[in-house]
Amino acid sequence: MKTNTIDAVQDQFETFQILSEDGEVVNEAAMPELSDEQLQELMRRMVYTRIWDQRAISLNRQGRLGFYAPVAGQEASMLGTQFALDKEDWILPGYRDIPQLVFHGLPLYKAFLYSRGHFEGGQIPEGVNVLMPQIIIGAQIIQAAGFGLGLKKKGKKNVAITYTGDGGASQGDFYEGLNFAGAYKANAIFVVQNNRFAISVPVEKQSAAKTIAQKAVAAGIEGIQVDGMDVLAVYAATQQARERAVNGEGPTLIETLTYRYGPHTMAGDDPTRYRTKELDDEWTKKDPLVRFRKFLEGKKLWSEEQENKVVDQAKEDIKEAIKKADGAAKQKVTDLIGFMFEELPYNLKEQMEEYKAKESK
Amino acid sequence: MAQMTMIQAITDAMRTELKNNENVLVFGEDVGQNGGVFRATEGLQKEFGEDRVFDTPLAESGIGGLALGLGMTGFRPVMEIQFFGFLFEVMDSVVAQMARMRYRSGGVYNSPVTIRSPFGGGVKTPELHADSLEGLMYQSPGIKVIIPSTPYDAKGLLISAIRDNDPVVFLEHMKLYRSFRGEVPEEEYTIEIGKADVKREGKDVSIITYGAMVHASLKAAEELEKEGISAEVIDLRTISPLDIDTIIASVEKTGRAIVVQEAQKQAGIGAFVVAEINDRAILSLEAPVLRVTAPDTVFPFASAEDVWLPDHKDIVEKAKKVYNF
Repeated sequence: MKTNTIDAVQDQFETFQILSEDGEVVNEAAMPELSDEQLQELMRRMVYTRIWDQRAISLNRQGRLGFYAPVAGQEASMLGTQFALDKEDWILPGYRDIPQLVFHGLPLYKAFLYSRGHFEGGQIPEGVNVLMPQIIIGAQIIQAAGFGLGLKKKGKKNVAITYTGDGGASQGDFYEGLNFAGAYKANAIFVVQNNRFAISVPVEKQSAAKTIAQKAVAAGIEGIQVDGMDVLAVYAATQQARERAVNGEGPTLIETLTYRYGPHTMAGDDPTRYRTKELDDEWTKKDPLVRFRKFLEGKKLWSEEQENKVVDQAKEDIKEAIKKADGAAKQKVTDLIGFMFEELPYNLKEQMEEYKAKESK
Repeated sequence: MAQMTMIQAITDAMRTELKNNENVLVFGEDVGQNGGVFRATEGLQKEFGEDRVFDTPLAESGIGGLALGLGMTGFRPVMEIQFFGFLFEVMDSVVAQMARMRYRSGGVYNSPVTIRSPFGGGVKTPELHADSLEGLMYQSPGIKVIIPSTPYDAKGLLISAIRDNDPVVFLEHMKLYRSFRGEVPEEEYTIEIGKADVKREGKDVSIITYGAMVHASLKAAEELEKEGISAEVIDLRTISPLDIDTIIASVEKTGRAIVVQEAQKQAGIGAFVVAEINDRAILSLEAPVLRVTAPDTVFPFASAEDVWLPDHKDIVEKAKKVYNF
């Protein structure tokens, strides 16, 4: 008898796509309901983020930004998911997921202060439901289960959405988070942005599983693999996952197939050491901006003039934001001590006095 | 007043807070219908419903993430780690996540989580149930650590822990769960976190201790009394932050001190207490501050607990050494 369990499972996770690489609609039935203005707004955000990424890389090289994880190539995956959210939904980002936070309401200058390593970058404004970027890969996944259960218990029609990468799907916390959310039917959406590499390690070395979406099976929750370079497919998948969650049907795992054109981070990673030019070229052809631009141009909803306007606006905003970040007060040890507890214990009270004296010299 | 064991006082504290605040949630492995492996949550699910007191999947890390998320969506989680030896599975959630939440958000967010967990030797548990790991918590900025030794302290301190807006690790010594009863008020009351309690007044030597070693120290103090040595026993109750004023006042009075812990010498908090005394009261010291601890090995195989764990005899011996220095 020939068993074929693995193939049978794999077949359940075919890549969901709406737009072809040429911007043609290949899945009319799944087309999300978006107004012309919303479609243009999606394009605007993707162009804006591409420019921001280019500027962030160059500002990092000039030493005017610190920690930065490039996002070019992942615009559809990042912005398509965020676009499907309600303002009251919570975002638990990984370290690369800064664009989602900014479009959820985090001021750009705070994103820059986060990059530099300044506490003001973590001071999220009231009403902006996001956490600070998570550095411990996987921690955001178990926390999202908690947020999702909390929202459900409070009777909120909202979700917690969280992001990790293909490497992150190997962590214990990844499985635990999915499993907890499943067991409690929590209002959670888990997004794995599979950009094929965890620093230098290709996704094939993370797991023998052919898709990451199928890992949902282990938690007994819904899983879907999406063309992560197709903003409409990403949006539609997230919207459906959100619907299901707020209707009490439990969490969803979304795998977006995407690519980062740049290095892992700006801390010396060189992708030419582990990636071929052929692979880069293959994914450049899938560029989410090119594809969506073609689609919108076909509908007479996008022009070069509109695009240039977005580019200019992005550059202007970034300049302003950097200036504002430059204006942030220098951090003092007494600031840091003050953030530790609601009420300081004896050791910190003493150290507070010590550093106050030092700082007043 | 009622006579309660420490475990009953702990249950009573949770019942009090579940009643007081609808946002208090109690959860962990087997804490629901089963009432906990030590009956610490006995009857709570029946009284408050599955929505408030519930079981989790068997995954400590997931429990930590759950608590952090619930804490940030308006709840006051009281999570249980079945045995503190399982802390390692959830170390990131406690030390790297909850403990840092207020700081990394520049004071915008907080993590009002209470982490209850049994520990402690003397009851012949299997591996990694009884280890004293409070030293790891002491070394982690952003969390408070409470270790009660009496039913009265346990109730008042647990209520305070649940009401605290920062994460608190509440460690319950297994040997003390049912070993004796004590007077516990039926009504609610709190004990300030970070305040030690002088369990026995004395003038010749200060014995600074916590957990099960409080009782060993009291027993030692009685023996010392017979030999004409008056020992003052300070139960720290909160080990992070230390009650430095009470410690120093006692040492200044007695001029001699020992620190007693069940943990290994390289672990626990003994070294920190000694360092604080040396920093602050060296001119009052008639002798060096010595420590009573377990040896620096892995926690013993069950049948070796008796020879490994520090006891009142070790305390008497060290106290005399300091007294006769």
